Formats: sequence, structure tokens, C-alpha cells
Amino acid sequence: MTVHSFQQHFDEKIDNDVAIEPRDWMPDDYRKTLIRQISQHAHSEIVGMLPEGNWITRAPSLRRKAVLLAKVQDEGGHGLYLYSAAETLGITRDEMYDQLHTGKAKYSSIFNYPTLTWADMGAIGWLVDGAAIMNQVPLCRTSYGPYARAMVRVCKEESFHQRQGYEIMMALANGTDVQKKLAQDALNRWWWPSIMMFGPPDDNSPNTAQSMRWRIKRFTNDELRQKFIDVTVEQAKLIGLTVPDPDLKWNEERGHYDYGAIDWTEFWDVVKGNGPCNKERLETRKKAWEEGAWVRDAALAYSKKRKARKENKKDNLAA
Amino acid sequence: MNESTSQLIYTLQLADNALILGHRISEWCGHGPVLEQDIALTNTALDHLGQARSFYQHAAEQFNLMPVEVKKQQFVSPALQQKIDKGESLDEDDLAYLRDGWDFRNVLLVEQPNKDWAYTVVRSFFADVFNFYFYKELQKSKDAALAAIAEKSLKEVTYHLRWSSEWMIRLGDGTEESHERMQTALNERWAYSGELFEMSAADKAMAEAGIGVDVATIKPLWDAHVDGILQEATLEKPANKWMQSGGKDGRHSEHLGYILAELQFMQRAYPNMEW
Ligand SMILES: [Fe+2]
Ligand SMILES: [Fe+2]
Ligand SMILES: [Fe+2]
Repeated sequence: MTVHSFQQHFDEKIDNDVAIEPRDWMPDDYRKTLIRQISQHAHSEIVGMLPEGNWITRAPSLRRKAVLLAKVQDEGGHGLYLYSAAETLGITRDEMYDQLHTGKAKYSSIFNYPTLTWADMGAIGWLVDGAAIMNQVPLCRTSYGPYARAMVRVCKEESFHQRQGYEIMMALANGTDVQKKLAQDALNRWWWPSIMMFGPPDDNSPNTAQSMRWRIKRFTNDELRQKFIDVTVEQAKLIGLTVPDPDLKWNEERGHYDYGAIDWTEFWDVVKGNGPCNKERLETRKKAWEEGAWVRDAALAYSKKRKARKENKKDNLAA
Repeated sequence: MNESTSQLIYTLQLADNALILGHRISEWCGHGPVLEQDIALTNTALDHLGQARSFYQHAAEQFNLMPVEVKKQQFVSPALQQKIDKGESLDEDDLAYLRDGWDFRNVLLVEQPNKDWAYTVVRSFFADVFNFYFYKELQKSKDAALAAIAEKSLKEVTYHLRWSSEWMIRLGDGTEESHERMQTALNERWAYSGELFEMSAADKAMAEAGIGVDVATIKPLWDAHVDGILQEATLEKPANKWMQSGGKDGRHSEHLGYILAELQFMQRAYPNMEW
């Protein structure tokens, strides 16, 4: 086959919703885009362990502690599936870590915001995992097979996280005055960053068209954002919390909520590294990686020794 | 000390060991040297926390059955005294979050800081070997609840023991650096291994009543397992015989205060609320 027919074959698969598998021919840009997107997603999962990990030792009840531990552990698992999916495209996990640690690869900006109170565990589960689900459910049908399969597993757990988070908020909203205040304060701080998670508006999202064409993306940023807002505003009402947007109004004609202007300068500032916790998050990841070097080296040295000993034994038996 | 008090304290000893070790291990979550190990260790933290909850729930049941005069003598903490005065019953969270340090009965070993992976592995290894043989025996307890918790925990502990034994060997027999670090950690933590086999008043009373385990019988089993693994790990058994103690009697190291400050912060700052 010529390159041209390879391309044709690929396009046909995309058009017919046939999954692309690791051994299939794919355009270089498709591969690159996927590596960037999947590794960024994987990094988000493991960096995302930090803001919530921050409250494990301080959880207010043993049950909440257990649920939070299990949640943060799930996020580690998501990182693992996603790194494995990215590896099928010809990049190693160490290379991806290196890109993260040198700042070459990004992760979701939401994790550069601090978790200041227990209520943030509720807000993150409810809003951040909630937004992640909106983003990710369509990815269960994304064109690259290993990514789509990883997302099926991830999405199941994310919806569990979303419910747990909402349950925390509900308990606070039904609680004492100070608990209500904790809940409202967390919603105030996490609302705007959460709706920014869907990325820049469509008229300012240069990669959207190509990604839609490749069926890496299935809906535009603004479509997903609208869907999230419509669902979440109702959930906030249900527990008596106020979404911190004075322009929020139901639009009968559109059948959607209208919402206020998003501060995209803040978004780009955080992306550029100026969020409240960018430095801490990256430093923490780097520290864990660097301090773990001797452990990884030792594990490798030991497995080599073992292998050599086994072979020695075999040789001796043979002789 | 009457038998019901001994049984309560005995149950709390077990709960506190599990809670505090789980707390320490949970500090690794998100900071492990390898993602797979991060996940594995968090799983272990969850196991310990689950065991702690079962023991605390059982302890709370025992406590709630006590006459009020006996209840008042159990814990010093004003927060708990208030609850008792108001006639409220206690639950797992009250016992974990509202007791003061001197009423915690865990061994000093489990409250020692994580430091690095070597110290963490050694601490877990000492505890896991102990727990493995301990829970085996506790399955025979005349207290059906304790026996049931032991049976369930033994499955988890069997996995923990394999995990920590493998890491002892892997790091002991890994690189020069890992060997060095493991030997240092082993030497430093050795003095905390003896308390595992000390018989507190509650231990003695409960062993006699057929509810608890005579931990002296576990010592030779622990020694044999540890010796075997150390040999395979090319590590030397520390020569020092001096052992630290006090945790089982509520005399702790400075570390416990900081653990409790974090662990109990929410319940202390916002008392009497549902979370
Ligand atoms: Fe996740
Ligand atoms: Fe995610
Ligand atoms: Fe999640």
C-alpha cells in the first residue's frame, strides 16, 4: 500500500467508527495528538491525587477517610491505565514523567488550586469529577481503541466519585451554619475553575476541528460546558447552595442556562504556571520521583540478580 | 481492672495499632516511588483502617453497655466526659477522634515516622509478621466479634506480610545503597520490635480469659520468620537488646501528638456535627 492508500484506509475506519489499534497505520499527527492528550490526562490523574491526598489524614470521620483514600487510590489507577494506553503509541512512562517534570507536558489546571477546607473534598468530587465525566464519557467512544477502553473503566469510577463528592456537600448543606458556610465557600472557589476545565471557548480552540474530525473529540468545549452547567446548577439548588454567578439565568428559548463571562485571563495564567499551587504540585511530584530513584534502582538490580541466579541454576543442572 | 474494662482496653489496643499504622501508611498516598507501589500501599492503608473501624465499633458496643460510673473512669478527655455526662452513647469516631494521647494504647512502633521507603518497609515488616501470627491465634478468641475480625483481617495481613517480606529482600539484596539504607532502618527501628511482645495488664487478663492472645507464644514464630527473611535479604539482625516501651500503657513518643493533631482536627474544631 502507498502512503496515500494507508491514509485512505485510516480515514475509512474513522468514518465508519472502526477503532484504530496500536499496530494499525496512523498519521503522525494523530499519534502525536493522542500521546499529548492521553499523557496529559494521565498526568492529571496523578497530580490530581495531591490536592485530595492533602485531606486524607484530616478526614472528619473514619468512613469519610476510607472513602477518600479509596478515591485517591482510584485516581492512581486511572493514571496507570492511561499511561499504559499512551505507551501503546510508542512512548515510555519514564519519558512521559520526564515531560511532566520538565514542564513540557501539562496537566489539568484545576489541580493547581488549593484544598483549604474539608468541604473542598466535596466540591472536587461533585464538580471536578463531575466535569471530568462530561469530558470523558464521549471518550469511551473515541477512535483510538486502547484509549477508549481505558476510558470505559475510568468513567465507571468517576461517576462513583461524583456521587461521593455530592454526598459530602449534601451532608454539609444539611448541617450546622458553619458547615453550610464551608459548603458555600467551597462552591464559590471551585465553580469557575471547574467550568474552565472544558477548555477555551470554541472560537478560541484551534485543535478542536481536527480532533473532532479524528473522533478523538466528540463534542466541542462549549457544548460540554453548557451540559455541565445545566446539570450542576440544578444539583446546587437541590441542596440549597448558590452558584456564584449573578448572570446565571434559565433561557427558555435555548432550553439552557445562560451564564456569565468566564475570566479567561485567569485560566491562561494558571496554564502558564502562575496558579496558586503550580509550583507545589510539580515540586511534590518531582520530589516523589527523585526520592524514589534508589528504590527503583534497587528493584531493578534485584530482579536482574534473581534472573541471573536462575539461569546459573539451570546451567548447573544442565551440566 | 475488671474484666469488661480489660476487654475494652484490649480491643482499643488492637484498634489503635491498626489506626495509627494505617495513618502513617496513608501519608504515602500520592508520594510513592512507583505508581504501582503507591496504589498497593494505599490499599494496605485501607486494610488497616478497615480493621481499626471494626475494632472501634466493637469497642464502642462494649463501652455503651457499661454502667455510667464505669464509663466515667475510662477516658480522661473532656470531650468524651461531656458526652458521657449527657448520656450519649459513643461510636467509632468518638473513640478515634476524641480520646487524648494518653488513652491511646498502640505500640510505639506504629507511630514512628515514615522517613523513607526503607524505614516504612521495616516498620510494616515488623508489624506484619506479628499481625500474621497474632490474628491466626485471635481467630480462636472466645469473643466471637474479635474472632470474626481476626479471620477477615488474616487474609489482608497475609498479603501485607508477603509485600513487606518481598521488599525487605528486594532492597536488602538490591544495590549497595539500598542495602545500606535497609540495614540502617533495621538498626534504628529494632528497638521498637520488643514492645509487640510485652504483656499489658489487659493482655494478661484477656489471655487468661481465652479472649486474647498470649503474645509470648508468638515471639519464637516472629523471630524465626524475621531471621529467615533477613538472611535472604543479606541483612544482619541488630545486636542491640534494649527495647523501647510505653505505648501500650499510654506513654507515647512525641510523634503521636502530631498524628492526633492532624487526625482529630476536624472533630475537635467542629464538635458534635455529622459529616
Ligand atoms: Fe480519575
Ligand atoms: Fe480523569
Ligand atoms: Fe475521580
